Amino acid sequence: MIDVGKIRAQFPVLHQKVNGKDLVYFDNGASTQKPQVVIDALSYYYSNDNANIHRGVHYLSQLATDKFEATRGAVQAFINAKNSCEIIFTKGTTDSINLVANGYRSMLNKGDEVIISEMEHHSNIVPWQMCCKVSGATLKVIPILDNGDLDMEAFKNLLSEKTKLVAITHISNALGTINPVKELIALTHKVGAKILIDGAQATPHTEVDVQELNVDFYCFSAHKMYGPTGVGILYGKKALLNELPPYQGGGEMIKEVSFEKTTYADLPQKFEAGTPNIAGVIAFKAALDFITNLGIDNIAKHEDALVQYATKQLSTISGMQFIGEARKRAALVSFNIAGLHPYDIGILLDKMGVAIRTGHHCAQPIMERYNVPGTVRMSFGVYNKKEEIDICITAIKKAQTMLA
Amino acid sequence: METIAAIQEEIVEEFDMFENWVEKYEYIIELGKTLPMIDEKYKIDENLIKGCQSRVWLHTQHNNGIITYTADSDAIITKGIVAILIRVLSNQKAGEIAIANLAFIDEIGLKEQLSQTRANGLVSMIKEMKLYALGYQKQIK
Repeated sequence: MIDVGKIRAQFPVLHQKVNGKDLVYFDNGASTQKPQVVIDALSYYYSNDNANIHRGVHYLSQLATDKFEATRGAVQAFINAKNSCEIIFTKGTTDSINLVANGYRSMLNKGDEVIISEMEHHSNIVPWQMCCKVSGATLKVIPILDNGDLDMEAFKNLLSEKTKLVAITHISNALGTINPVKELIALTHKVGAKILIDGAQATPHTEVDVQELNVDFYCFSAHKMYGPTGVGILYGKKALLNELPPYQGGGEMIKEVSFEKTTYADLPQKFEAGTPNIAGVIAFKAALDFITNLGIDNIAKHEDALVQYATKQLSTISGMQFIGEARKRAALVSFNIAGLHPYDIGILLDKMGVAIRTGHHCAQPIMERYNVPGTVRMSFGVYNKKEEIDICITAIKKAQTMLA
Repeated sequence: METIAAIQEEIVEEFDMFENWVEKYEYIIELGKTLPMIDEKYKIDENLIKGCQSRVWLHTQHNNGIITYTADSDAIITKGIVAILIRVLSNQKAGEIAIANLAFIDEIGLKEQLSQTRANGLVSMIKEMKLYALGYQKQIK
């Protein structure tokens, strides 16, 4: 069971007033707040352990390297990867996807096809458009059904021997739809293609076992998991990462450099050019421990209850239009109110201390699909409580009165 | 013709009367709702200033060195603020618009509406209004 009071006490940022009101933070889909253990880990690193990693023979460098690598081990355990070298540290999910898409530029040819879906975040659209433009491959898009579910029949029809790569989100950031990733992966493999899953919205809310899923590439961000910003993960099967050309050149990613020929380092260093966000990576372990200690299933249960309660309460508002009512949804509610612009609602809620997200959520195609300029999105974290939903509902009703 | 500075002063005085944010925003919303600001035929893509969240259309005309702006937005609060900006800058001399100091925005507590994250197109709108005035000035020189 989740003791929200106890959890909230660990998040200093939550205890403040915004525009004179107690802050209600419902923008967790964009970024979660950080518990004291994560903040302390960052501060501890700079106060005690700071040095560059994998280079120095001196004490601090060794210490920092050990701690940095300990996070790699923790991530490996968290997603049950077979090898620690399959965990690549990046800047974030966007960076992880770009790393793979960039590599595929030279691995795809004219006539090959890449499949994405209509509900993707721009981060899982644009890198593939760029990849296809350079490689000459064709980008195909799986449509979604009116309720926000992926059109599985259409997906099956799009798959063919031409398909080389499928890139799909695990959980939609705009709709909350939980995609049937296991089925998507199995179907993709049937035609001999590889699949990348954008897990940015999933890892904070669901257990992910990359071996059980048999996924080829899986990407996610630390900052949506109570960890620091600027740290992302790319999981890739070892054989596939070995095939993939390096992304950026520089220090750390090489074996030997001469002006005639450079040989690249083994995994994972091959993809980790330059000095990484050492402090962030080290502190990310504290965030993973935080999640593990609470239990991801407990977190999911708590957030599911919040989604259900919010949906019920929102239903009492006149003109309520839910955007996306997929059969399986996670951690967020996306909606519009008839006749009102989401931006106006967002501005007035902010005045009442409620932080929600409005706009197109970096997923313009899906907004166009529903023919809306954007939506209002409430997205929950483990520290949110029902009382906050009540405050938010009252604020929405007040905004509605003001705008009516 | 009232000067830009005088109109700004008037607006600041009006806003001083509001007791709290609710009154202030109710006034802005009222402005947004009551003012028909742009002829439908000018709500075209060329006149669209794309903000991240709310859209603003700006149409410009000039007559004997006087510039007239009309505008609209799909969000009411944005439209209300647009109405205030037009009240300040429209029907003024190009030269005056180009050098106008819009300090009143800060004084009436609407600076937050112009921050980058709001992405409501207002910052771009002010820029466009001034650029048009500047461009017009150069043309007649």
